[in-house]
Amino acid sequence: MLELRKDIFADERDDNLKEIGKGTQRQDMLGHVTGTSPYFDDHKLQGMLHLKVVRSAHSHARLRRVDTSEAERSQGVRRVIRGSDVPRNLNTLLSLINFGKDDEPSLAVDKVRYKGEPIVAIVAESPREAYEAIAKVKIDYEPLPAVFDVEEALKPGAPVVNEVYPKNTFTYYETYDHQKLRFGDADRALASADHVLEQRYEMSPIEHAPTETNGSIAAPDTNGRYIVYTSTQALFFSVDTCAKILDVPSNTFHFIGGTVGGGFGGKVDTLTEPLCILGAMLTGRPVRYVFGREEEMQYGPPRGAERIYIKDGVTRDGRIVARKIRAYFDSGAYTRLSSYAAVKCAAHLPGPYTIPNVYGDVYCVFTNRTPATAMRGFGVTAMDFAIECQMDKLAHLVGMDPMEFRILNAYRDGDMKAHRREAKNTALIECVQVAAEKAKWPIREEFKRMSSRKDGGGARAAVTPTPRETHAPLAAPPQQRTTYDRPPVATREPPPPPPPPVSPPPSRPTAPSHGATRFSSVFGTRRR
Amino acid sequence: MTRHRGRGIASVNYPIGMNLGGDPSQALVHSNPSGKFTVALSSIDLGQGMKSVTRQICAETLGVPVEDVYVDTADSDTGPHCMGSFASRGTHRVGNAVMAAAREARGVMMEAAAEELEVNAADLETDGRGNIHVKGAPHRSISTKDVAIAAQFKQGKTISGRGIFLVPLSDVDPETGEMSPATCYAHACLVAEVEVDDETGEVAMVRMDSAYELGRALNPRLVEQQLVGGAWMGVSHALYETPEPYYPDPVHGPRDFVEYLMPGPGDICPHDIAVLERPAPDGPFGAKGPGEMCANPVLPAVANAIFNAVGVRIDDLPITPEKVLRAIKAQGGARPQARR
Repeated sequence: MLELRKDIFADERDDNLKEIGKGTQRQDMLGHVTGTSPYFDDHKLQGMLHLKVVRSAHSHARLRRVDTSEAERSQGVRRVIRGSDVPRNLNTLLSLINFGKDDEPSLAVDKVRYKGEPIVAIVAESPREAYEAIAKVKIDYEPLPAVFDVEEALKPGAPVVNEVYPKNTFTYYETYDHQKLRFGDADRALASADHVLEQRYEMSPIEHAPTETNGSIAAPDTNGRYIVYTSTQALFFSVDTCAKILDVPSNTFHFIGGTVGGGFGGKVDTLTEPLCILGAMLTGRPVRYVFGREEEMQYGPPRGAERIYIKDGVTRDGRIVARKIRAYFDSGAYTRLSSYAAVKCAAHLPGPYTIPNVYGDVYCVFTNRTPATAMRGFGVTAMDFAIECQMDKLAHLVGMDPMEFRILNAYRDGDMKAHRREAKNTALIECVQVAAEKAKWPIREEFKRMSSRKDGGGARAAVTPTPRETHAPLAAPPQQRTTYDRPPVATREPPPPPPPPVSPPPSRPTAPSHGATRFSSVFGTRRR
Repeated sequence: MTRHRGRGIASVNYPIGMNLGGDPSQALVHSNPSGKFTVALSSIDLGQGMKSVTRQICAETLGVPVEDVYVDTADSDTGPHCMGSFASRGTHRVGNAVMAAAREARGVMMEAAAEELEVNAADLETDGRGNIHVKGAPHRSISTKDVAIAAQFKQGKTISGRGIFLVPLSDVDPETGEMSPATCYAHACLVAEVEVDDETGEVAMVRMDSAYELGRALNPRLVEQQLVGGAWMGVSHALYETPEPYYPDPVHGPRDFVEYLMPGPGDICPHDIAVLERPAPDGPFGAKGPGEMCANPVLPAVANAIFNAVGVRIDDLPITPEKVLRAIKAQGGARPQARR
């Protein structure tokens, strides 16, 4: 049921190619359908040990005492690993690109910050013996107040989740507790709009649910090297992360992967490799560390939750004149990659539409839950949900067809985007037109004739003058505000008051930086 | 009890590659003496078809049949650096690196062929079937196998190439968010039709119609696989899945696929897809990446269809029967909107 619409944009393509555009059978098809493609867990090595971790029973607690003496004497146990055994126990994934501070231990030492956080690793002859030893580890917890709501976490007096970020937010540019987007004067435009609609959206976390859970097998190789079979989605990212945590040169490792049983973003965090290799280093034997399904589902990182507030101003004839967004990424107890997603989210605002006034604040917030990570559509999926539900409500509000409303506001070639780059190679209008055609959804002739390649640029290429600092919001006449017609849902809270005015910005650094400095093997020169 | 039908739409775009760039990938291409080519990568095939797409890109660029190319990945001892398979970057970034490597290898291959045929390399072309011949004179021809043998054992040339693709890292202005996040964007619009049961709050998918713009469908079958599977991931996200059903209260977390709901075979519906191709100026043969964005329009399209069916707005994902039913009850029953 896939139709190639070769008639559209045909003048921009050369379709006389020999291999490109053909539905050639996959190179790995035979292996996949006969069950012979090798995955990391298809390696059974002689003398292979099994690693399992003791996970925190509390969401937030001080570790008063961890007693592993009985576990060490347990049958089949070859090694018990503690945080002090990890050469560089504290890490943050994006330290490889110098973004953020080391904030997460491989094994918790003095405190646990989420339920299920690894505290002790047990290396044993069999998974069963490892589990039996886990039951013998005695941990004396001092439970601490926990915070689970992103906005609660930002309130004064909220429990501090992660001492590296005492305000429970990631720090951007060593200055701000959020990522800003400022384009035009959203408050002024909202005051002049015919309708204003403010709504709250939320996305719960979601599990990647791969067929193959996270895991790796590490074995001592000749000449002091280690061979590592892994399910990673990012081979060298994992190599470099392990080299840092274990404090050895990266060519100590020979990583082999490449065929993965589903990733969706859940295999970027290098969750198992460091402890697995450390186990092999400490025992001199191959070690296998694979997540069970419950571990994958509850303690492996999910796509993090997001809460989003959108306030839009729209004219009677259906043009969006302002969009103001406040978004909270629930990072869980540690940063992982959520800090990066917040910047990507800000870049995505206000969606694929040309809106002359856009204002965005995106926060990466720490709470006492399983750290979140990347997932298909990272930084964008929840925002698209919020924006597109909002678009539907706006169309309803001004009495327009939702397809025509999107075509009217769609970005076109030559328009200025809110991150201040010209839109090029756009095709939203054509997608809406073709989807309408396929679904037999009637749209008016003038909307069928519109094009991404026509009528963009000009006045739409301008950057609206942007106030240097937020001013007090201009009061809109009370009759202008439209209450959207929908029932209150019991669990929904009213939107909170607007955030307090930000303090005057410090003097602008001469070389603006997004927090990342160059990393020799990863980054080249920067562009503007 | 009544089942109400409704339709909703959503349109989206999606940035290709890591936000702000700065995410290089490398590729190496070389031939063996039989004229068969190996592409060495460290990129990961998650099932999306990384190996197959780069194989086609390499074959097209070299001008040889796809059967003559094999992609080997991912081994940190033999495969050169790649940032990884995420951020919809595989086709765009790795594809470009493979193209650059294949172009360099093709240059050597054509020089070697020119020496054998005693002509100028600029006068030669490949037929895509394993032969190189003089333009306009197909009888003056040599097979890539004979070229490879000659290069290897007679001329002492390596038919090989190196490639890297890097979108240089962009700065971000901390005050305004001015930045260069991506060099190209994919686009989509999706119409979802649902049926909502006003007694149970259950939502059933009736059909989906969509249009996806991807730059270039390098392999339409792999594109179809991505779009069909991705849309179902979107449906599952919209209506079923979460490890924290009462977020932000972290209770009742599922531990396995009995407790963690996903749609089963009985829940799927027809999905009619159109693919548009507006080539990205910096994409390999114009390709962008269908990987991530295909799930995104489904979520709001389903939410909007539910409103159209019963008149309730559920703004919190996932849209479980419990939320739908509570909302219908709160407004005193279903309020179907204008039929679309």
